[in-house]
This record gives sequence, structure tokens and C-alpha cells, in this order.
Amino acid sequence: MEFEPVIGLEVHAQLLTNSKIFCGCSTKFGAPPNSHTCPVCLGMPGVLPVLNRIVVEYAIKMALAVNCTINPLSEWARKNYFYPDLPKGYQITQYAYPLAEHGWVEIETNGETKRIGIARIHMEEDAGKLIHDEKIPVSYVDMNRAGVPLIEIVSEPEIRSPEEGADYLRRLHEILVYLEICDGNMEEGSFRCDANVSLRPKGQESFGTRTELKNMNSFRNVQRALEYEIKRQKYILENGGRVVQETRLWDDAEGATFPMRGKEEAHDYRYFPDPDLPPLVVSSRWVEDIGRTLPELPSEKRKRFIRNYGIPPYDAEVLTSSRALADYFEAVAARCGKSKAASNWVMGDIMGHLKEDKLEMNECPVAAESLGDLIKLIEDGTISGKMAKEVFEEMWRSGKEPAVIIKEKGMEQITDPSALEKVIDDILAAHPTQVEQYKGGKEKVFGFFVGQVMKATKGQANPTMVNDILKEKLGAL
Amino acid sequence: MELHEHTIHSLEERLREGEITSLEITKAIFERIEAVEDRVHSYITLMRESAFESARQSDRRREKGETRGPLDGIPVALKDLLCTKDAPTTCGSHILENFMSPYDASVVEKLRAAGAVILGKTNMDEFAMGSSTETSYFGVTRNPWDLERIPGGSSGGSASAVAAGECIASLGSDTGGSIRQPAAHCGVVGMKPTYGRVSRYGLVAFASSLDQIGSLTKDIEDSAIILGVIAGHDKRDSTSLPEPVPDYRKFLGRGIEGWVVGIPEEYYIEGIDPEATEAVERAAEAMKELGAECREISLPHTRYGIAAYYIIGPAEASSNLARYDGIRYGLRASGRKQLIDLYRSTRAAGFGAEVKRRIMIGTYALSSGYYDAYYKKASQVRTLMKRDFDDAFGICDVILTPTTPTAAFRLGEKIDDPLRMYLSDVFTLPANLAGIPGLSLPCGFTEKGLPLGIQLLAGYFKEDKLLQAAYALEKALPRDQRRPAL
Ligand SMILES: [Zn+2]
Repeated sequence: MEFEPVIGLEVHAQLLTNSKIFCGCSTKFGAPPNSHTCPVCLGMPGVLPVLNRIVVEYAIKMALAVNCTINPLSEWARKNYFYPDLPKGYQITQYAYPLAEHGWVEIETNGETKRIGIARIHMEEDAGKLIHDEKIPVSYVDMNRAGVPLIEIVSEPEIRSPEEGADYLRRLHEILVYLEICDGNMEEGSFRCDANVSLRPKGQESFGTRTELKNMNSFRNVQRALEYEIKRQKYILENGGRVVQETRLWDDAEGATFPMRGKEEAHDYRYFPDPDLPPLVVSSRWVEDIGRTLPELPSEKRKRFIRNYGIPPYDAEVLTSSRALADYFEAVAARCGKSKAASNWVMGDIMGHLKEDKLEMNECPVAAESLGDLIKLIEDGTISGKMAKEVFEEMWRSGKEPAVIIKEKGMEQITDPSALEKVIDDILAAHPTQVEQYKGGKEKVFGFFVGQVMKATKGQANPTMVNDILKEKLGAL
Repeated sequence: MELHEHTIHSLEERLREGEITSLEITKAIFERIEAVEDRVHSYITLMRESAFESARQSDRRREKGETRGPLDGIPVALKDLLCTKDAPTTCGSHILENFMSPYDASVVEKLRAAGAVILGKTNMDEFAMGSSTETSYFGVTRNPWDLERIPGGSSGGSASAVAAGECIASLGSDTGGSIRQPAAHCGVVGMKPTYGRVSRYGLVAFASSLDQIGSLTKDIEDSAIILGVIAGHDKRDSTSLPEPVPDYRKFLGRGIEGWVVGIPEEYYIEGIDPEATEAVERAAEAMKELGAECREISLPHTRYGIAAYYIIGPAEASSNLARYDGIRYGLRASGRKQLIDLYRSTRAAGFGAEVKRRIMIGTYALSSGYYDAYYKKASQVRTLMKRDFDDAFGICDVILTPTTPTAAFRLGEKIDDPLRMYLSDVFTLPANLAGIPGLSLPCGFTEKGLPLGIQLLAGYFKEDKLLQAAYALEKALPRDQRRPAL
């Protein structure tokens, strides 16, 4: 029997606000334990939450970017459970009435595009962190993260393969980072993903029993975990077994998922509306105002790059992978007017060097305008492509303008016809044997002459002109 | 008249005239506390040193002409669920026995800013769950009028302290009648403002959608004075509302001629003491004489009030009390190695029977599969009760009812019968469910010499009208000079 995977993904994204969702504490990562806390986020008796407006604004941005409907009225709820990292014994989240619903993102796998539905987006507070000492049986609690704002983005169960799952995640990640509302750091946990996976016989409408996968902290791990889990469930079903509904943890080292013990199994969270927070009213005016501030999103940008710059889809994909990179490319292209050349330089030399030196786009030592100028100098024949590489290395090292470097190194091409004629005449005179060979029909020798000219001019001769003059001279002999 | 028998406004005048100092008043109060406290037990914690210091500062301000208003130099008491950073905040519970709050509640900040002298923290039912102050971990409080009887609850210590002269006025909290019911039992005035009128920041939550801070005082004018100090929007409490705070004292003495007083027919329930009904009739008579018209009205959903209240209150409490888990503060059971074991032992040892009962009721009511039948249904009832009051206040200015079905009962009489105990709140809790302001004022005594109270209710943020009517009524009722025989 052929099985079809049914996958739904839940993404938790930490929002890049300065302060926490319900108090004024800082959200900065990496501070000494419990230094970013106050009575409110510590859940002291008598405290009350006050909503940070920026959190709502960021959540609305994301909701609009993935085509959701924003609910004019949404509700805060308490999710009740006991755990030492949860200071109040409940998490403030949204449940029955989330901020936004019914959105979608477009994914592309194997050249096919497909829409994945987004069931809902809601806001909530993050929990603290437990730190366990391996040597002594003591656990510590760090509440710096308690109250950091999160949005949860829940997909419809419309993902049908691990590749689709990974691509969906990359799209969400890209959008969040584009909007500058999440730093997208998966290792630090600012972008986390859980998955619901089940199998059903192909053609069947109803869903099979699902398992929930947790603890996958990279795109690759999500894909691997999904692949593993699909294989595991398939094996069970093909052998007449039953999939158990449970939460399973991905073990990266083992490359397998294992059932989770204790903590979260079989919980009744007893959700109810939080009486400390009035329902959240979002006016259409506010949504419109926020909508106007949205940047061009990666998918639109890709289409525009292909359309306006005439670059291949692959280039457009790479160049739009971050806003900074895309902006850089556009600046280069604008300066030199040669989009394919600009794309080649940015994707090749710039990205390669950044990676090698472990630099971010905004730390790039070569200004986009300078790179544009360099490309112009190649196009107008001032320097050869080969020399340009050398110039680029120097630009990367020193940050100097290409024209300055060329002048300093005396690298300008020789484009004076009389000077070139002189050189060529000398070379032809010095190599009578080869001239004879050429005249005898051995045209390969032409390359030899070009090489000699370049050698004599230290590579500075304009290659096109050298070709033309050589052809003319040899033909006249 | 002895100093401890005075009201805020009479002391205010004497302080202004320079006849007396705050330090003298404060000393007199502490002398009174020494004389009666071992019999009444109004307090969990006394703050003698800081009180004297505040009194001295108040006197110095007065010398320099920098007095901050009517509360400056007046000794007041706080129910022990209002957070104070200079004294423990126990909520009457073992689990918070030595708990020191890192901050002052908003109302405490306001009282301090107004120059009030804080005497201490008063006894209460554990986490405000009770109607008799018998569920306190720190022992019972006795009714100053009859030491064998309960003072009411949960703000029993705040009420008994005012009645016994152990403070001039006090703050309490009212979730289902926790200010008004003990006020009635102790023969003092108790006022619960509109939900959202006074900031709850720093009030340790029992049921967040019902809790409201209010005052216990010797008369209506004192209630107006305190409300003027503690009312107002607080950005730290998202449920407090930015309504302007009028000068409530201005409304006193304006009379109620031509007003319509509603008397709900549903409040004549089975089991009500005829003496309580007579008190209402006396009040109605007095109001008629003041030129008001008394009209029978209907609040048809009143009879579902107790059921709705005892679902919503415990449901919210079950969640609000989850933070007392022994991890960060408060009691922690010793010698426990496993997390679940630590939780269980801490909470088993730290909470009393009534608190556990309500946590269990609330947990059950919120459980999946039961939510719709209980919590959701109760919320719908609540909406209907609000509508009842909206309709009623379309017709009348204030509503008059008994505060409690009976006068103070005997210690131990109902402690093992929660359902009977819960009936103590039957007349008071509708105001909490609807969020409207309510007030209890003394209205005579039973044959046995126990104080009786009557309740006035008004529409949202109509504390001005409520106080205006109560003041007129207070003046019209026969003046009874009886004092507790302590
Ligand atoms: Zn904080």
C-alpha cells in the first residue's frame, strides 16, 4: 500500500522587541541569569501583566506578510501547568480567539509551487530556562527568558513531504527575518519548530494517528526527523501495527526520534480567558498603518528580480535570501547597469569572501558602488576580467576604490592602437617561423601571438584590440 | 470620646486645629491594640516602629505646613493581602508565612503618599476564601460585639479592627462580599468600589475578575475620603479604568429627594432572618422620609448568582494560586528530591482545607469536557446578571438590600458546612459578578445586641451617588451610641 505523509508544523518565533511582552524587562540574550527580571515576570504575588504594544504590531506584520486575516477582537488565555520554568504556573497565550487566521505561504519544491495554509498566528510569553548541573543533583532556574514575546505560527496539515516541510520553514524564516521582527537564530532558540506527522493510505480523506516531534533545532534536522518519522510510521503500518499518539524527541546524534518521558504527556491545560487582560481590540486603521510599513517580501522581490533584471531564477533566489544581500545587489546593478555581471560578482566573489572571512553582509568591506565601478571598468575595457579579480582582492583588503588601485598599480589596459601596433610588429618580426606556420594554414598559432603580446604588455593590452590588429597584420603579410 | 473612637474627618479637624498630633493618635491606637488585641486578634502583623516614624514625619510636615490631605497622620490598617515591602504579606496562609513582597501595592503607595500611618496587616480568611476569618492559618478573629461570634470575612480583621478601635480605618478586599459582610457583622461601613475603580496591582489575587479593594470605616464621610485617595487609573493594572475621580465628599449632604430606590423582590429569600428584613424596612422608611421613592424591582437572575460565583471564583483561584509551588518563594516542603513530590508536599502542607477545596472545584470546572458546562455557563449567567442591573439602574438611582441574611454567627457554627457558609454572600456577590459598586452601612441591632447592616448598590462608577445616598441615610437613621463592650 502506498502511504501519504500528512505534516503540520508549529513554529515559535521570538520577537525582537526591546522589552518583554508583559513587563518592562529587557529581552537581550546572554545576560547573567535572572538579571532581566522584575516582580511581574517572576510571577510574584499581586502582580499584573501589561501588554507591550510593539508585540502586537510585530505579530500583525507577520500575519499580514503571510496573508492572514487579522481578528478585530482576540482574547488572552491562560494555559495552566506546573513547571519550575513557568513562574505563574500558567502561560499567558491566546487560545479560543487568536490574533490572526487563515493565511498561506507559497513554497517551491522540485520546480513546483504550492500554497501551504496557515491556520492561525497567536502571541504568547516564553518560559524561563532550567539549567541542570551534571555533577550534582541541582537544577537552577533562569527567568531572563520568562516573558520574552513569542508568536506561534500553526500551519494547516497540508505539507506532504519532508522537503516541503523544510521549504515551508525556510519561507517563514526568511519572512520573519525580512520583517526584522525575529533574528531567526535556531540554535539560541529564537526560531523553533515542532511537527505533527501522520500517514494515511494514498487517496484516503481522513487522517491517521499522529505523533508530535520536538527538539529539532535546524532546518536539516527538521527534514531528517520528518524523514525518519515517516519511515518509522510506515514500517509500523506495513507490519500491521498501530501508531501511538505521543510526543517524540528528535535525537540528532542517533538520527532517530524517541518517545518523550514525563513532563508534557497527557496534559489538560485548562485554558480559560485571562481575567487580568482585557480582550485585544485591533482596529482596521491600525492594521492598514502597519500594512503600509511592510517591506517588499522575498517572494515578490524574487519575481521582480527575474522580471526587471532579467537574471535567472536561481540567481534571484540566492540574491533575495536576505534583505541586505538583495539591497546590495540592487545597488551594484544600479551603479554599473549590468545586472547579470552584478549578480555573478555578488553571488560569487562577494558571498564567497564573506563566508571565508565569516562576515555578515553589513560588514562587507567593499561598498556596492565600488563594486559597480569595478564592473564598469571591465565593461569599458579599462581592465581585463582577469585583472579585475586582482583589483577586487585589493579592494577587499584595503577598501580602496578600484580606479585608485588600478592607477597605483599601473594596471590600465593599453588601448592606444599605435602602441599596440608597435608591440605586435616587434613580435611578428621576432617570430618568423610561427608567421610562416600561420600562413601555411596553421591557425592555432594565432593564440601563440596573443600570448606573446600579453606577456610583453604584462597583460595590460586590450584583448579585443590585440585580436583585431593581429588578424589585420597577419592577413596583410 | 476617646481618641481611638474618632473618625478620620474628626481627627483631621483636630489635627488641623493643632489640638492633637499624629504621634498622640498613633500612641493611643497602639494602647488600645494592647488592651484588646489578645481578645479580638485583628492583626497578623503590627508595624509599631514604622508607624511611629510615619506619625512623627506627618507631624513634622504639619509643622511646616506641608500636610498632604485628610489622611495625613491618620492610623490605618491593611488587609494582609495588600503587598508591603516593609512587612510580611501572608494572605492568612502558611504557604506565605514569612513572605516579604519586593514591592508596595498601588494602594499602599497611595496611602503612603497621602501621609497615612500604616499600623499593620490584618487577619483574613486564607487567600480571602471564607466568610468568617476562621480559615486563617494565624488563628481566628473575634467579633468585638460578641467574642463568641465571627467578625465575618474574609476581611474580618480589617472590620474588627475598625469596630474595636484598633485603627481609625482600614483597607480590605471584596471578591463576593468580603468587605461588606464583615462590615455588617462588626457594625461599620464597608465599601466595594466599581471593578476597575481602584488598582489591583499588589493585591494578591483570589479571583481576578471579582476582586476589588475597598475601605472599612466608621462612617460614610470616611469612606468618601479613602476612596478619593485610592481611586484612579493605574497603568500597571490593565483592568483599571481611566475614569476621572471626582471629589466624593462634595456629594455628601446633597440629599436624595426625588430619587428612586429599588428594592429587589428576589432578595427576600428563604432562611433570611426577619431582623435583617426589618433593617431593610427601617432604611426604606428613612429614605422615603428623605423624599425618595421606594420601588420594588426585579433582578431575575439573582438566584443563579451563588452557583456562578462558586464556579468563576474557584476557577480563577485555581490558576492564581498555581504560583505557590515552593520553587521561588514561600513555604517549601523539605527533603523532597522529585519535582512532583515537592509540589505535592509543599501545597499539601501550605494550603488549608478551604483553599484546597476551592482549588479542586476550580480545577474541575476548567477541565476539558467540563469547561462548557461550568465555566462558560457561569460566564453567561454573569452576563445576564449584569443585564439585570443595567435594566434596574435604568429605573432607579440606587438599590437597597440586606447585606447578609443573618447577623454574625457563632465561631465554628458553619466552618464544617461550606454550603451554608457560602450562603453568607448571597446578597453581596451579585455586585462582584456585575462589577458595580456596593456599600454596607450599619442599620440597628438585633435583639441580642448584634449589629445589622443594609446594603446600597449603584451603577458603574456611580460611587458619588452611592455615597450621597448612604450619607443621607446614615444621617436619617436613629443614632445609636452603642459601642462594643470590650
Ligand atoms: Zn520583568
